[in-house]
Amino acid sequence: MAHAEAAAHGGEHEETSTGLNHRKLLMWAFLGSDCMFFGSLIATYVVYFGRSKVGPFPEDVFSIPTTSVSTFVLLMSSMSMVLAYAALNRGSIKGFRIWIASTAIMGMTFLAFQVFEFTDFANHEVHLDCVEIRTNEAAIEELTDYEKTFVDECVEGVDEFEEQHGLTPRTNLFGTTFFTLTGFHGAHVTLGVIWLLSLLFFSFTRGGVTPARSLDVDLAALYWHFVDVVWIVIFTVVYLFGVFPGI
Amino acid sequence: MTTLAIPLPKRPAHPTGVLAWLTTIDHKKIGILYGVTAFVLFITGGLEALYMRFQLAQPGQDFVSPEVFNQLFTMHATTMIFLGVMPLGAAFFNFVIPLQIGARDVAFPRLNAFSYWTFLAGAILLKLSWFLGGAPNAGWFGYAPITGSDFNPGHGIDYWAVSLQVLGIASLAAAFNFIVTIVNMRAPGMSLMRMPLFTWMTLVTSFLLVLAFPVITVALIELMFDRFFGMNFFSIGAGANPLLWQHLFWIFGHPEVYILILPAMGIVSEIIPTFSRKPLFGYPVVVLSGVIIGFMGWMVWSHHMFTVGLGPVANSVFALTTMAIAVPTGVKIFNWIGTMWNGSIDLRTPMLFAIGFVFLFIIGGLSGVMHSSAASDAQQQDTYFIVAHIHYVLFGGSIMAIAAGAYYWFPKMTGRLMDERMGKLNFWLVFMGMNISFFPMHFLGLDGMPRRIHSYDSAMGWDLWNLVSSAGAVVLAAGILVTIINMVRSAKQGEKAGADPWDGRTLEWSIPSPPPEYNFEQIPTVHGKDAFWMQKRQRVSTVPVAGASGDSHDIHLPQPSYWPLIASIGLLIGAYGLVYSATWTGIIVGAVGLATTVVSVYAWSFEPVNEPVEGAAGH
Amino acid sequence: MAEQIQTETQSDSSVHTGHPTPLTYFKVAMTLSVITAIEVGIFYIEDLGLGIIPILVVLSTAKFAMVAMFYMHLRYDAKLFTGFFVGGLVLALSIGLSVLALFKFFA
Ligand SMILES: [Cu+2]
Repeated sequence: MAHAEAAAHGGEHEETSTGLNHRKLLMWAFLGSDCMFFGSLIATYVVYFGRSKVGPFPEDVFSIPTTSVSTFVLLMSSMSMVLAYAALNRGSIKGFRIWIASTAIMGMTFLAFQVFEFTDFANHEVHLDCVEIRTNEAAIEELTDYEKTFVDECVEGVDEFEEQHGLTPRTNLFGTTFFTLTGFHGAHVTLGVIWLLSLLFFSFTRGGVTPARSLDVDLAALYWHFVDVVWIVIFTVVYLFGVFPGI
Repeated sequence: MTTLAIPLPKRPAHPTGVLAWLTTIDHKKIGILYGVTAFVLFITGGLEALYMRFQLAQPGQDFVSPEVFNQLFTMHATTMIFLGVMPLGAAFFNFVIPLQIGARDVAFPRLNAFSYWTFLAGAILLKLSWFLGGAPNAGWFGYAPITGSDFNPGHGIDYWAVSLQVLGIASLAAAFNFIVTIVNMRAPGMSLMRMPLFTWMTLVTSFLLVLAFPVITVALIELMFDRFFGMNFFSIGAGANPLLWQHLFWIFGHPEVYILILPAMGIVSEIIPTFSRKPLFGYPVVVLSGVIIGFMGWMVWSHHMFTVGLGPVANSVFALTTMAIAVPTGVKIFNWIGTMWNGSIDLRTPMLFAIGFVFLFIIGGLSGVMHSSAASDAQQQDTYFIVAHIHYVLFGGSIMAIAAGAYYWFPKMTGRLMDERMGKLNFWLVFMGMNISFFPMHFLGLDGMPRRIHSYDSAMGWDLWNLVSSAGAVVLAAGILVTIINMVRSAKQGEKAGADPWDGRTLEWSIPSPPPEYNFEQIPTVHGKDAFWMQKRQRVSTVPVAGASGDSHDIHLPQPSYWPLIASIGLLIGAYGLVYSATWTGIIVGAVGLATTVVSVYAWSFEPVNEPVEGAAGH
Repeated sequence: MAEQIQTETQSDSSVHTGHPTPLTYFKVAMTLSVITAIEVGIFYIEDLGLGIIPILVVLSTAKFAMVAMFYMHLRYDAKLFTGFFVGGLVLALSIGLSVLALFKFFA
């Protein structure tokens, strides 16, 4: 928030009752509060898990390999963020710029993955190989529950059945809760990217980002890592648990 | 200091008149703004209640239509909770906390101004709904699915949801600010267990706020997404369970009850020792009880849902936790009585209201324990018995304590005492009016009168007590009228108060009334509880702290700023646009508002707290 | 990467003052990647059945804790910060689990 307050409170030990910086205390209180925000969204998602009346369902749309890659990118952005902070504390403004830029780029990559994923889900197509289904009894067992509801479409003369059944926030409870939860996480990431790019920009202005004011970067970093840990939870709870074939 | 390329309006250096109030970041002025605004809004909520009492005074009346009646009870409760009691509490947080902990301001003065203006924006938005197509009408807890667009077309619920989000932003910003202020800005020597009780309860309340509001934020987001974008959070046809709303609402709602009552308990814990001329009996126990209440407030929410069929196990668990939470509350009551015991009690108006609080809160607490039993609650759910209970804890509790606080700190705020004779009249009118109005509701509830009904048949046998209740409402209104007259008159021509009219115990009484802009010329050093009392009796020296001393010319205060106000105006415009987000006009208006807020937040970030003062030598 | 190893030697002394070095950060990142790989790997073992739940909970908790302790510096910082954060976290977790229990999610 206020850069200027940092100037008044620069340095390691502060003249406050606890010796801790006002803004850093505020940030940690905010993160504790944000836990309740995401906790409520995740609880909503889980409460409605498996209660959708129509498909597509998680196993129809999720691609674990794709999401694993974007998860990896976000994890690495956290490392890059902490290195940016370390570089600034070392006095290397150049190192800072490199690492903060790569953090922002990785953040944008994550967002690009999310945009791709959302559009992919919205354009989801049910695809059945009717020839295979007719000739091989076991092939039906391989289908998801949602795909099975279309088996009847494989009438005589149809070799391939293809129909668009996209997942949007309006489709079913899964769509509603999934897009809201991941959308709010994406919004947090977007805000973080804007924050990081602002820091990068102001590292080029006089006195904008300096080692003496590394607290500005520290706060952005805390926010960024928080967004990362929230994703760690979402990846496990929503994606891995959501489509694990054994459950 | 970095400067932005865009031209910014010149910062107000020494604003006067209206501009001074619009750009102020002084916690004392913000406290007064909160107090006056919330009191006006409280009166509008009272008028809404009077309409309902006129309608219910006789059986089978049609003084207001059923549609308007639904809007009245929704707006009355929403107003009293979010625009009345909460911001009246915030008025005291703002004015008193920095003074009690020996600080010159809060930790984030501009954020504080932003909290106030955003609160005002939310209030305007909610009240505007009366004139823009109808107020919300689904009750203050807005149960799904009656709030859905199928059952509730029109914009009333949209205004309700959006304005509560705006008010949430205001409350969150204020709560973060007070957490940091109390944790980080106490005068040297003021350890946690030397903090005044009001400061303690403000701290607990602030933690409740930052943890509870995100939950209602999510619930309202879900409601808004259902209404605006046709999502399915609460559409039963898609498999949704409307109990989700009830859980989310009450996970917020029960801590919210303590957000309303803990500051009141803090105020009373200041006033009773002062007017008994004794230290608070069992200070550590009172503090601990407050903390335990704040903690246990998270474990009881389903007592609002005993009749929805959660099953015997869940009902029993929540019944037990609810009964348990009465224990720390009871402990506090005994501590207040213990403080008065053998004290030399001075029955001035603040003390009268404080004793009134203790008396009425016991009644409200007892009826609360009655419906903590799931079985008996099944009889009381949604009847006037609940209405009686909530008014004993929120009017008899919160409002009585707020009135006590107003009489107590008014001299500190204005430099003048409120008139004692009118004060006594004020107390007795309010006390009698409130009991005449709310006590019969117990009988009506036990007789089976449901809450939220527009009219009733004479054959039901509810005529007498309804009439009595309505008559009590008129007495109560007369009492509030006396408050207004007394405040306005005393502010102009009240007796001069001096710094310490009550022989006070805490640091706010050690400085002049009204306090100078910088509060403390020298930051005091604290040697124990009741710091100022000790200073007066034991002649403890207040050694100035290095770096915090100096004469008043040398004190650099944060300077006024336009940005908090403009950021809040942006929120107001943006939220208004959001209500109409189904139309292009709404989207454009919303975007303009959002852009205004974003620009102001950037400008605010780059505005220094203090402009370098020309020609002034530093320390 | 070269920069990290290079700076590692410079700031070696800081280990004693309790501040992590870029090498620590790098090691943490590698551990996080390995755990994620294991998570995704386990996911394809269908025989685990419900047994996958505790395994994934433990693994992702480990990831969460590592980011919080090292990247967010909670391990080296004031306890009050940990208190603020863990307070919110534990409350969110307890209430979330209670809500699931009330919706008979575990039944
Ligand atoms: Cu409750």
